[in-house]
Amino acid sequence: MNMSNATNRTDADESGPEQPEARVGLRYTLSQVKRDPTALAGLAVIAFMTLVAFIAFVDGVLFDFLSDFTFFANLGIEQYLLANTFWVNPVVDGTGQILRPPVYMTNQLYPDQPGTWAHPLGTDHRGRDVLIRLFYGTRIAITVGIVATGIAMVLGMLVGAVAGYYGGWIDDALMRGSETLYAIPFLILVIAFMTAFGRNLTFAMIGVGIATIPTFARLIRSRVLSVREEDYIEAARAAGVRDRDIILRHVIPNSFAPILVQATLQVGVNILIIAGLSFLGYGAQPPTPSWGQMLSNSRQYMLPNPWFSIWPGIAILITVVGFNLIGDGLRDALDPRINN
Amino acid sequence: MSSDAPLLEVRNLKKHYPITEGVLKRQVGNVRAVDGISFAVERGETVGLVGESGCGKSTAATSLLRLEEPTDGEVLFEGRDITEYDKKELKRFRREAQMIFQDPTSSFDPRMSVGESVAEPLTVHGMRDRERRRRIVKDLLERVGLSADDIDRYPHEFSGGQKQRIGLARALVLNPKLIVADEPVSALDVSIQAEILSLMKDVQTEFGLGMLFISHDLSVVREICDRVAVMYLGEIVEFAATDELFENPQHPYTRALLSSIPQPDPTKRGSAVELSGDVPSPSNPPSGCRFHTRCPEVIPPEGYDFEQKTWRSVMDLRVRLGRDGVNAEAVREFVASESGQEPESVPADRVRAEIRREFDIPEELSDPRAEEVLSTALRHLANDEQAEGRELLAEEFETVCESSAPELRRTPAGHVASCHLVSEAESNAVSTPSTGD
Repeated sequence: MNMSNATNRTDADESGPEQPEARVGLRYTLSQVKRDPTALAGLAVIAFMTLVAFIAFVDGVLFDFLSDFTFFANLGIEQYLLANTFWVNPVVDGTGQILRPPVYMTNQLYPDQPGTWAHPLGTDHRGRDVLIRLFYGTRIAITVGIVATGIAMVLGMLVGAVAGYYGGWIDDALMRGSETLYAIPFLILVIAFMTAFGRNLTFAMIGVGIATIPTFARLIRSRVLSVREEDYIEAARAAGVRDRDIILRHVIPNSFAPILVQATLQVGVNILIIAGLSFLGYGAQPPTPSWGQMLSNSRQYMLPNPWFSIWPGIAILITVVGFNLIGDGLRDALDPRINN
Repeated sequence: MSSDAPLLEVRNLKKHYPITEGVLKRQVGNVRAVDGISFAVERGETVGLVGESGCGKSTAATSLLRLEEPTDGEVLFEGRDITEYDKKELKRFRREAQMIFQDPTSSFDPRMSVGESVAEPLTVHGMRDRERRRRIVKDLLERVGLSADDIDRYPHEFSGGQKQRIGLARALVLNPKLIVADEPVSALDVSIQAEILSLMKDVQTEFGLGMLFISHDLSVVREICDRVAVMYLGEIVEFAATDELFENPQHPYTRALLSSIPQPDPTKRGSAVELSGDVPSPSNPPSGCRFHTRCPEVIPPEGYDFEQKTWRSVMDLRVRLGRDGVNAEAVREFVASESGQEPESVPADRVRAEIRREFDIPEELSDPRAEEVLSTALRHLANDEQAEGRELLAEEFETVCESSAPELRRTPAGHVASCHLVSEAESNAVSTPSTGD
């Protein structure tokens, strides 16, 4: 075999254009996000909220599930064990001091009795502590935000990638279909969906997820249109890779960056939407605490105790802003033009 | 599968893209990217496909690999028509025919290590053993002049030349019989081009591959190809053994391409053939010989006595009239602004003279009868009677190059070319160019 230049790795090759810095991959993205203080602030907020949501999940859902088994019940595990031990129960009606103002503050009902540390943010219309209900409401906000977005992202990505990759009548059918979804007013679509399938949180998440498919489908399709022209797609086809594998292994990973940004922003939007649904009575059902439902309840007590409606509003605001900050940070990190 | 059939035989391959209009996608025309080409590639042989950009080389490559469905024609791989393959046969064919791409940067998935990219064809064709795949890939990387340790690195860590080596490794990993290389070195520096070419040559000899090498660069083609097909506007105009083509080109287009190769020897410079005009659109190719709109050797009309260069200039005028037209008003304004006169006061003979000057036509043609036709036509043009001028010229100065398409025929030089100049001499048409001449 005559391979004269096979053994000596050629130096001439090294003299090619300067090696570009690797601007792909998770590690690079994270290193960019770390340099961005606002994105870090967003990350901190979300990390805190997620931790709170996780504790609420363990205490409110996991313990409830486990307490059905005699083994765990005998250990003393019951729903809201942690809350009962360290604070007060978030769902059982309080001691009768309803609509208390937050600590040091007064309201119409208690003009001469400022709030105490027993209920730092005051109590609601059934005398339950507002802070603990906010705490346990985080679980629903974070879960529905992420699950609804996840549903929309996965389905939207498949629809958009298939449409963009194949083009032609498949593209027309899928994109016109998703535009039809887009054309129906959002809340009406979700409420109709829940009326048809069931008025609970699960269908709220699925409904919102399906209703936001077009956002993701359109976004990824526009990326796929340029990715599918790349030579490595042609190379994969020439090697005999099936279309399904090309879409899953090459097309989607290389079109993913804008989707990630959109997803982060969409989580915030979805939290708002589901809070809105809860406000309308289409979300979490009482007594499960949720921010939207708290807002809805507080509406009737706006005059005697305005504090009641302020707290869930602030909680929603902080969470949504947190996700938006991360989304903005990710967008900057993933856009090679902004790098300095 | 008969063993005496050539490895790859392309018969009258066509790829047309429809031009559609409006919401209903009504078809209003065709872009004839590849319009009936035929050639063959033998085992162990490299066939070059050369031509300007946009002449359909790459479309020919993707259609004959069935990465795009050909519009018409046959592609015989080892004697069997791949255009009739079903899914399973096509997958088998994909093992035996591989492709190398022009742009080494975009031909690798930036999110996959080169090892994964090179091994992908193996996975697709059912090799589940990961360790074995890695062994094969490492071995191949070394064969193409890289190190086995490069297997876990990512494409952006390599230079263009190195990436093209990896591209070659990927093409070789399934042990194919045919490689289609689409401008594999045109994105590389000249020094690296030579390395990649010699590597491809070595690999080809070693693996006994048939190779279709697509390039616009004749000096590269001369380096590596055994035979060369010259393409112009979707058709093959000449097909010959490389030496023969370079020493004895039969088609004027081939001669023009050859003269565009930079000459290192200064005493041999200065014979460059200049092509006039732009490449015509493949959606509306010229009638007759497609090269007649630019051919420096276009055959003069019968019954008139033209100098070749003058005739070319007159043809340029005719081509322009056929495509965009000559705007007498604009010429008049141009002359007026040059001489500082009012456009209305510019005499008609100045306009006619300006048109001649624009197209490099002498002030008086040597043949008085030709001069009479031309000046009548120019008078029409100056009076803004374009259609009359155009028709008069087309009628009087009709050339065989325009009226009838030359066929690919064996030329006195021994190979095939499609030009009226050579096919006049001898006329034994060959339908498909046989191999091994």
